[in-house]
Amino acid sequence: MGENLSQPFEKSAMSKDERIQLEREKRIQITAFAFMISLTLLAFIATGSEIIPAVFTVPFIVGLAVIQFFLQLFYFMHLKDKNHAWPNMMMVSGVFLSTPTIIALALLLGETKF
Amino acid sequence: MADNYANTADKSVLWDWLTTVDHKKIAIMYLIAGTLFFVKAGVMALFMRIQLMRPEMEFITGQTFNELITMHGTIMLFLAATPLIFAFMNFAVPLQIGARDVAFPFVNALGFWIFFFGGLLLSVSWFFGGGPDAGWTSYVPLASREHGGLGIDFYVLGLQVSGIGTLVSGINFIVTIINMRAPGMTMMRLPLFVWTTLVVSILIVFAFTPLAAGLALLMLDRIFGGQFFIPGMDGNVVLWQHIFWIFGHPEVYILVLPAFGIISEVIPAFSRKRLFGYSAMVFATLVIAFLGFMVWVHHMFTVGIGPVANSIFAIATMAIAVPTGIKIFNWLFTMWGGKLTFNTAMLCASSFVPTFVLGGVTGVMLAMAPVDHLYHDTYFVVAHFHYIIIGGIVLGLFAALFYWYPKMFGHKLNEALGKWMFWLFYIGFHLTFFVQHILGLIGMQRRIYTYLEGQGMATMNMISTIGTFIMAFAVVLLVFNVVYSAYKSERITERDPWDARTLEWATNTPVPEYNFAQTPQVRSLDPWFYEKVHGDGTMKPAEPLDDIHMPNGSILPFMIGLGLFIGGFGFIMMNMENPIVPPLLVVILGAVLTFGSMGLRSIKEDHGYNIPLERIKKIEKEAS
Repeated sequence: MGENLSQPFEKSAMSKDERIQLEREKRIQITAFAFMISLTLLAFIATGSEIIPAVFTVPFIVGLAVIQFFLQLFYFMHLKDKNHAWPNMMMVSGVFLSTPTIIALALLLGETKF
Repeated sequence: MADNYANTADKSVLWDWLTTVDHKKIAIMYLIAGTLFFVKAGVMALFMRIQLMRPEMEFITGQTFNELITMHGTIMLFLAATPLIFAFMNFAVPLQIGARDVAFPFVNALGFWIFFFGGLLLSVSWFFGGGPDAGWTSYVPLASREHGGLGIDFYVLGLQVSGIGTLVSGINFIVTIINMRAPGMTMMRLPLFVWTTLVVSILIVFAFTPLAAGLALLMLDRIFGGQFFIPGMDGNVVLWQHIFWIFGHPEVYILVLPAFGIISEVIPAFSRKRLFGYSAMVFATLVIAFLGFMVWVHHMFTVGIGPVANSIFAIATMAIAVPTGIKIFNWLFTMWGGKLTFNTAMLCASSFVPTFVLGGVTGVMLAMAPVDHLYHDTYFVVAHFHYIIIGGIVLGLFAALFYWYPKMFGHKLNEALGKWMFWLFYIGFHLTFFVQHILGLIGMQRRIYTYLEGQGMATMNMISTIGTFIMAFAVVLLVFNVVYSAYKSERITERDPWDARTLEWATNTPVPEYNFAQTPQVRSLDPWFYEKVHGDGTMKPAEPLDDIHMPNGSILPFMIGLGLFIGGFGFIMMNMENPIVPPLLVVILGAVLTFGSMGLRSIKEDHGYNIPLERIKKIEKEAS
């Protein structure tokens, strides 16, 4: 037991179907990544250019952030995949806990008293 | 190579303990480190009580008193209670779920050493112009760069470092409990201590991250000229309070939920009954954990956030009493009609219940926002949280110590001495803290270092101090008990000295490094009890007897911790008047040590080692 642990594998142990699956997965990842970069670029352009008014910029960027958030979770952190019940549970409870916290902080730190 | 059998007995004792990744040894190191910090903070409490013994005492100065309250609170919560709880988690959780070790043994050792060096960093503050003095909450502007001394830097960096250790251990426990359960050990068959450990680890991940963020902001403010908490520069001081209590309130549950778990193990074992309402207990644990995140503003009722916000958080706080009440009644019903054995562990566990209720009642009182203006920052609050922490957590830890001691060290603690300790501690505790409720109500503020004659506080403060000395004597008795039992107590070789219910009692005593020669098949809740009653008294194996693959020990966790210590100290040196060496050099040295060790860990091949079959057979034969 355990003599060949340091030897590299010559050939992949995956079947052809699995390799095709992996290729597709890779493509989706790169597409999602490119899309997210472009969203970020849009956000930079919105703040950087002086033509676009601030009234538009703020809700626009918040909207982009929401899209980014879901892209991150589902594509980069694999929440869309099967057998991710536990990570899903942790992520959802994290969102569940942090949302009221952020809202409360935003309200309580403002000038208005409730 | 994996086949080179590296026996831990081949190493020298010191090297073995420095490099160990065995969860049982790490548990003992947590236990020792936690006890040392506990005694240290306890002595600080004694000094404070001596100072408050009589009006206008001049035992210590106000400045020293401030440093003592800060260090007492910080050490007790971060460096005593947390590691002591981690000690029992580390020891019991893998055994209770039928695993050979935690999921990441290396990370487990890393968590311990980072915690340890963080604690050390906080502690060396005494040698560099005095400890932190802004209270364990370290509110700004008191802790800002304008008003706070060098001690605050030690607080910030020390907690930052030890917080990383806690976070790392928390993640490790989550993975362990989710992935390492023995066949048949479904989630709803987990012992309650494992359930609370899982929930607490999730709380750690969610609560220690805001603390790390807050401490980072404070560090930027203090050392690098930031302005997050400086009102004159568009900062906000209330932000710190929010961040601190978003962490701080879950921290209370991080400490008390494992105690709940311990009580839920000890009471059924010594009542000879299964835990009453198991699923309700699990549910209550989850609800407490969730609500624990929604109540942080009740620490800030007097800040002036407004009546609507205060009401919401007051009601949310009171709601926590419901799941806690479920737990209290379940413990009572477990004992109801049971065949009770009152040894020291059970005394601690059963007296936990009424004491914790007392602390809970004052908690609901404090939750009422309008009256809180009266209680706020008085000794009433001090009495309340000491009832929770000592009456809850410390009694739970004592119960755990007496309960698991035979498994951990191979002999029981002396029962006569144990009972003496318990009664002295219990009486001393109530003497110390019950009168503090009344002291608070007649207007004694917390964190004051003296009071005047004729304010009606002298007698009660005297009683409180006497109680503290009785408690201290009880702890000395416990230490004596440990030493005495080590020499005099009978060695235990049987698996199950308490006739208990859960899986850890199915292992040999002392527990071999691989825990279970064959992974057990779990067939019921309380699996060991089930096999004793319905089976043949041994666990059914889930796998054939074979070589066991174990992880190698490593010095790298120690080096990473040391690197963080040196790096943290370098950051603190940036605020020192005339540092002997350039601070940046020290920071770089620390970073090289830490990241170098991490790199080494990534590059170096380490496949662990195998314990050959013959050796396992020999160990098992000797034990049975």
